[in-house]
Parts: sequence; C-alpha cells; structure tokens
Amino acid sequence: MKSTTRDIVISAQQLTKKFGRFTAVDAISFDVYKGEIFGFLGANGAGKTTAMRMLSGLSAATSGRATVAGYDINTQPEQIKKTIGYMSQKFALYDDLKVWENIRLYAGIYGVPEKEIAPRTDRLLEQLGFENERNTMVKSLPLGWKQKLAFSVAIFHEPTVVFLDEPTGGVDPAARRNFWEMIYDAAARGITVFATTHYMDEAEYCDRVSIMVDGKIEALDSPVQLKQTYNARTMDEVFHQLARTSTRKAD
Amino acid sequence: MKLHRATKKDNPQPSRSSGTAAPAGSTSSYSVVCQSVTKRYVNNTPFEKTTVLAVEEVSFAVERGELFGIIGPDGAGKTTLFRILTTLLLADSGTVSVEGKDVVHDFRKIRNEVGYMPGRFSLYQDLTVEENLNVFAKVFKTTIEENYHLIEDIYRQLEPFKKRRAGKLSGGMKQKLALCCALIHKPTVLFLDEPTTGVDPVSRKEFWGMLARLKEEKITILVSTPYMDEASMCDRIALIQQGRILQIDTPRAIVSRFPHPLLSVRGNQPSKLLHDLRSIPGVRSCFAFGDAHHVTTGDKSLSTDGLLEQLRQLGHSEVVIQPVEASVEDCFMELTRGESGLTTEKR
Repeated sequence: MKSTTRDIVISAQQLTKKFGRFTAVDAISFDVYKGEIFGFLGANGAGKTTAMRMLSGLSAATSGRATVAGYDINTQPEQIKKTIGYMSQKFALYDDLKVWENIRLYAGIYGVPEKEIAPRTDRLLEQLGFENERNTMVKSLPLGWKQKLAFSVAIFHEPTVVFLDEPTGGVDPAARRNFWEMIYDAAARGITVFATTHYMDEAEYCDRVSIMVDGKIEALDSPVQLKQTYNARTMDEVFHQLARTSTRKAD
Repeated sequence: MKLHRATKKDNPQPSRSSGTAAPAGSTSSYSVVCQSVTKRYVNNTPFEKTTVLAVEEVSFAVERGELFGIIGPDGAGKTTLFRILTTLLLADSGTVSVEGKDVVHDFRKIRNEVGYMPGRFSLYQDLTVEENLNVFAKVFKTTIEENYHLIEDIYRQLEPFKKRRAGKLSGGMKQKLALCCALIHKPTVLFLDEPTTGVDPVSRKEFWGMLARLKEEKITILVSTPYMDEASMCDRIALIQQGRILQIDTPRAIVSRFPHPLLSVRGNQPSKLLHDLRSIPGVRSCFAFGDAHHVTTGDKSLSTDGLLEQLRQLGHSEVVIQPVEASVEDCFMELTRGESGLTTEKR
C-alpha cells in the first residue's frame, strides 16, 4: 500500500509560522499521499490549527514552503481553496437553512457546475438515506446526522484533500464510528483525508499519524510503528509519552 | 408521548431515597436528589412548530462527597439537566433538591452554596485572571485568601499569568481559571458541565486529577462529559441519551452487566475486516475499537474457531481473536443499539 511512487498531495518543507516572537509552527516537514488518511495530532496549543490554516490557504507562512494539490500555499491560496474541502465541528452547516439549501449553497461556493448540482444532490440524499429530510431545517437534525451531512457537503465537489478539524467531538459512539466508515469510503475513492482528533482510538484508524509538540512534529509513522517505537500498547500511551515533554504552557 | 419506557426499570431510584418525596435536609446522606424531571423546548416559528424533549423523566440521587458523572453525547440533555439542577432553568415537571433545598423555592440559598462551571467559557474576557477571581470572591462575600487552600494547586499554574486578560488565555488555562472561580466560595456541591470537551487527552487526565483532589475535600461533584473513557474516574455514572437515563451505577457494575461475551478481533486489513465480520451470519454486532474490532455473537453455534475459519475463507490470514472485557463505551452502544438517532419530535 505504501509504495514510494504514490502521488504526493500535501508537501510541507520547514513550514514555519511566527506571531511576533512566538513560533507557533516550527519548521515542520512532511508529505501526505493520495488517498491517505493522515491523523494530525497534538495537545491544545501545539500548533495544529495554525498549521492547518496555512495548508488550507487561509494564512501565509513566515518561512518554509508547502504545496497542496500542487499549488503553493503562499502564492496560490485561492486555487487551494477551490481544490480542498473543509469541515470542523464548530462550523459546518447553516442551522437555519434546509438540508437541500445547505448542499446547494456549498456546491455553489465550491464551484460545482450548475447543471450537475440537482442530480448530484438527489444522489447524495439517496446514499445517505436522507430523502425524507430534504426539506428539514438543519438545526432539527440530530448531531450524528449533521456530521454526516457536513462531511458529505465538504466533499461534494470531489476535492483532492479534505481537512477535518475535530470532526467527531461530542458525537455519540455509534455515530462516531459511522462517521469514520464514511471517511474510509472517501479515502478509498482517492480523496486524501487530513484530520485532527482528540479521540485516541480514532488515531488508530489513520494510515499514518503525526504528533506535534510545541510547534514541531515529534513523531510521524503508522500507528503500528509508533506503538512499537514508543513501546506502547495504545496510541493514547504514545500520545501521553510525547505530549508530556511539552514545555509550552501558555500559548 | 410516552412518559414511561421499558428502560425505566434500569433506574434504581427513587426507591433509593427511602420512598419519601425528597430527603429532609441534613439528615439525608444525599446531596442532590432529582425526581422525574422532564423539560421540553417548544420552538414556534412562522414556518414550523417543533417540540424537543430535552430531558425526560430523569431521576437520580447523588450522595454527599460523591463524584457523579453524567455521560452522554451532545444533545443528550446534559446541559439542560445541569441548568435545572443549578436553579437556572425551571423543569416542566418533577422535583429537584440540592442539599435538602428545593430548586424552585430555595433557589437563592442553593445559589450561595453551589459552584457551577458552565460548558461555555463564561468569565469576563476583558478582566485579568486575578480580577475575575476577585469578582467571584466578592459576589460571594469572601476573599481569595479565605479559601486559597482549595484552589492552591490549580491557581499556582495560573499565577504567572495573573495579570493577563482571561480572553487571552489558552483553552486549558481558561478551564483552570473557570474551575478556580467556581471554587472560590467553598461550595458544598460543584457542578461541572463538560469541563473537558475539546481538551486534549493529557490536559483531560490532569483535570481529572484535580477533581480527585477536590473529592478529598468532601465536595460533592457532578460532572458531565461526552468522553466515555472518563467514566472510570467517577464513583457512579449515569449514562444519558436523548434525554433519558439508560443506566445508573458504578462503572464496574455497568461494565459487568454487559449482556454478551465480547471478542476483540484484530487483523491487518481493519476496514475490510469490519465489513467482512458484519457479513458473517451469527455476528450480532461489530464496532471498530482502536486497533481492534469488538464483536458480539448472538448465536452460540458460532465459536471462536468457527469465526476464525470463516474469516480465513474471506482472505484474512493474520487474525487474532481474544475475549475482552467490555468498556463503558461498549455498554453505551449496546444500550442505544438500533436507535435511529432522530430525536426531534415534530408536531
């Protein structure tokens, strides 16, 4: 599965972001391959969000470089925004719009051709088993359904990469697992998944995992390898071993 | 609308409070008694009218000095319940007493006695760490010095930033300050609504360490969380979903009641393994659990060897099957099995 000839979708070299004298992201380098599920872990304040904002074209790097889907984050951020999908737990859908209206809105924003939107909406609602919810206000959907819809909307335009920022926080355990099965399906279709999570069992579902500590990537490997390297039974133990070395107390 | 459900038999109270409506004050060993509490939210817009049953017939009793966890996903009704317990919201029906006082009639007394840390950060962003703490101390007519021993462990970590505005603190620091503010008047009961949501695993563990130390001070603590793995840190837990309590007991007892033998199945193609396991007749449930899948078999005729053989035929060569003890998360999924998750009642 991991041949060296795989297409690189995200590539960061010495990527750095400073806010004044504070180095939020400190010269991180890594590659993410096509169709990979990449877990981007770290403690609160380790620099994950800042790194993710740079990779999604929302914030320029102070130094170093990165490409996403072949576009440079510093010079081609607008192209990047069109090629990626983004979903976070905090912000995903408009509560006061109906299910179909949310799909319609995002499809438009992401530039899905006008003619394709209606048939693709039908197909999506059928796949999700949401046909009866087409005209339901998003706010009255249960959280598990909202997350599924939010993820589907984020990949509606078949992006090269989808960034997921703590997508499953607070979701019930069965819905959380359901959600990961959707992630597997998307990855199997060739969509690269770049995800953060605070659930360490979810780290086990990733092909590879990186762990950030104080702005640096301290470890990057498959969960199996990481557990071997750190002589740990679970990813939770690996995370604790690494995150405890943090000296950054108040970001 | 059904008010009585089959799951009600799982709730051991109100018989626990010896049959009386509410235990009479100081003679009771209970700190918080919640009986048949129901709360609906009605949303009336020109387009539709919806009723959400946020909390339904919830009953439980928390003993003095107990660390009691209310565990369930977002939307289960945890925050509504906490707001009712802290006198901030009126229930539609049912009664609640806190330290022998009724939440409706004695709300002022209760407010003086309890500490409440809401889920959303609710301190004064434009005041410094020290100023926030002073405000809370003054409102309760005390001083930081008077109860410093209670917050000392936590506040020491905040002290280097005491001149910093609360809005400029990191998530973990905000959480610590909020806890200090909830503690500064030496409450008898502490209500913590999702104090660890969105917090990384290391800081979460640290936070539970703080709660364990507060328990030694004999403070009754009610804490809610969506993280099932935090259940084991509590003396007793109530599992809650869709406004209803599924079970109340010690984490040990809940886990020991898991109704089926549970197997952990590990292989080198986890995604395919999951799908294949579900396709095998006799497999009752199958969920991913970290690097393994947890499987229950409904059919006694499906032995471990039989399962292994079927998986081999489906192309899984390196499979390890072991019996495994259920976790609270396994129990939660078992108890909510088959629910569609669609909670909104449309009227």
